[in-house]
Amino acid sequence: MAAEVTVDIAKAFPGRLTVRASFRMACGLPEVLVLFGPSGSGKTTILRCLAGLEWPDQGSIRFGDDVWVDTALGVSRPPQARQLGYMSQDYALFPTYSVSGNIAYGLGALSECERQQRINDMVMLLQLQGTEDARPAQLSGGQQQRVALARVLARRPRLLLLDEPLSALDLPTRSKLRGELRSLLKQLAIPSIVVTHDWEEALALGDRMVVLREGRVLQEGTPQQVFNRPLDAEVAKIVGIETVMPGRIVEAAQGLVTVEVANQKLVAIGSEEVGPDVFVCIRAEDILLETVLIGTTSARNRLAGTVREVQPMGALVRVGIDCGFSLSAMVTRSAVADLHLSPGASVVAAIKAGAVHLVPRHNNA
Amino acid sequence: MNWVAIGVTLKLAMLTSLILVVIGLPLAYWLSFSRWRWKFLAESVVALPLVLPPTVLGFYILVAIGPRSLFGQFYTTLVGHPLPFTFEGLLLASVLYSFPFAVQPFAAAFEQVDRRLIEASWTLGVSRWTTFFKLIVPMSTAGIVTGAVLSFAHTLGEFGVVLMVGGNIEGVTRTVSIDIYDEVQALNYAGAAKTALFLLVVSYGVLLGVYAMNRKVWAVWPQK
Repeated sequence: MAAEVTVDIAKAFPGRLTVRASFRMACGLPEVLVLFGPSGSGKTTILRCLAGLEWPDQGSIRFGDDVWVDTALGVSRPPQARQLGYMSQDYALFPTYSVSGNIAYGLGALSECERQQRINDMVMLLQLQGTEDARPAQLSGGQQQRVALARVLARRPRLLLLDEPLSALDLPTRSKLRGELRSLLKQLAIPSIVVTHDWEEALALGDRMVVLREGRVLQEGTPQQVFNRPLDAEVAKIVGIETVMPGRIVEAAQGLVTVEVANQKLVAIGSEEVGPDVFVCIRAEDILLETVLIGTTSARNRLAGTVREVQPMGALVRVGIDCGFSLSAMVTRSAVADLHLSPGASVVAAIKAGAVHLVPRHNNA
Repeated sequence: MNWVAIGVTLKLAMLTSLILVVIGLPLAYWLSFSRWRWKFLAESVVALPLVLPPTVLGFYILVAIGPRSLFGQFYTTLVGHPLPFTFEGLLLASVLYSFPFAVQPFAAAFEQVDRRLIEASWTLGVSRWTTFFKLIVPMSTAGIVTGAVLSFAHTLGEFGVVLMVGGNIEGVTRTVSIDIYDEVQALNYAGAAKTALFLLVVSYGVLLGVYAMNRKVWAVWPQK
C-alpha cells in the first residue's frame, strides 16, 4: 500500500488559537508519526480532525486516494466511513460492556464465528487472558490501555490515531508500557499517528516527529534529528532535551549501567531492562564544564573534548562540544568568560549519572 | 371504589408513558446533543407544562383540538367525530401535560453519558442510530425508567386537564381524581376515601420501586 496521508488544515478557535497544520506521512513503510508539542499546541485538534470528530474550517485531509475532508470540494466523511482506529487519552472504554464486549463492539458487520475469532486473537495479542468477562472498572490502568488498543485493532484499521496513549498511567507503568507499545506498533505495521507532549514517548515511539506550537508546525524530522538539531530556540525549548545519541548497554550492576556511546563510556542510573539498545539523553543544563581535569568529584562521567561552537541564547550560552560525539551544554555568559570558552578550546564535561537518561531504542532496519 | 374509573386511569397512564417513551427519547436525544443556538426555545416549550396551571393548558388544548380549529376539522373529517371529550383527546392532552416529566429525566440521563464514549463508538464504525441503542440507552436506563414512571404517576393524578379536555364521561374519560371529586361533591366521603387511598398506595408503590431501583440522586432536571 503506497498510500500517503496528507493533512493541510486550518481551524480557528476565536480568541484562543488558530491551528494551521500541513504535513504528510508516507504509509508505504508503516511508520509512527509523533505530533509533539506542549498543551494548547493544537496537536489533539489535528488528531480529532483526522478522526472525523472535528471539522477544519479550511483545507483537506486525504488518505491515499480517499478524500476525508476537503472544504473546497465540500467533502466531509463521517468517522464511521474512515476505517481508522482512534484511541483517546482516557481510553473511553464502555462501562456497560465486558472486556470482550468492548472488543466486539465495532465488529457488528462480522459473522458470530469471525467475531469470536477476532476477540480471541486480540486477547492473545494483548495478553488479556482471564479478563474477558471483567468490566473496565475492574481493570488496572495498563490493562485498560490494552483493552482500548484491542478494541481499536480488532477492526483492522488502516490508520491508528493515539492521543497521549500513556499519559493516563502512573509513572512506573508508563515507562514499562512505552517499550511494549513500540514493539506492538512495529509488529502490527499499521501506519500510526501518536500525539504526545512527553519527549521520552516521542523518542521511544516515533519514526518521525512533527513539532507544534500554537497551532503551527515548527519542525519535522526523525526524533533524533529534532532533539539534536532543533531548528531554533523555540523548538529547543519545547523539546527540552538537547543531546540524544544512540548507545548500547555494556554492563549493569547495582542499579547503575554503563553505556557505550561512540567509543565513550557513560555511567547512568537504570537497569538492563531498557536495553541493550538505548537512546542516551542529556539535558544541556545538566552538564558541568571545567577547563582542567581537577581531582575527584561526585560526577561519574567526565568527558574531555573540544569546543565546536558557542551560541548565546538569552541569559545563557549554548556550547557545542565534540567529545567523540557531539554534546550540547548550557552555561551562563560569565562562565563562558571565566573559562575562556571559544571554538577550539579544550574542555571537560562532567555529567552526574542521574542526569543521563536512557530511553529504549529499537533498531528499525 | 369505582373500578371503571381506575381502569380508565391506569390505561390512560400506561398509554401516556408508552407514547412519551417513543416520542420523548428522540426529542431528549436532540435536546442533549444538538448545538443549535435556538435550542433554548424548544427547551422552554418542553418545560412549560411544569409551570402552567392545568386549566390553562387544558383550555388551549381544547381550543386547539376543537371543531373550529384546523387540526380539529382535519381530525373530524379523518375519523368522523371530533377529538374533545373522547379518550383519544384525553390521551393527547395527558401526553402534552406530562411531557417535561418524561423528557427532562431522559435528557438529563443522556447528558450524563460521556461524549468521549460516543465518539469512541463512532470511530469504531458504529452509526449514530446504532450508537444510540447500543451505548446511550443502556447507559441511561435509570433516567429512562425515571421518566417513564414519573409521567405514569403524574398522569394518574391529573385533574384540571382531564376536566377541561376529557370532561366526565363514565368509562371513557372519568379518571380516578375526577371520581374522587364527584364523590366529595355528593358528600360520599367514604367512597372518596377508598379511591383516594388506592391512588395514594399505587403512587407510593410506584415511586418506591423507582427509588429502590435507582438508589441515586433523582435527576428531574438536566444538569448543565
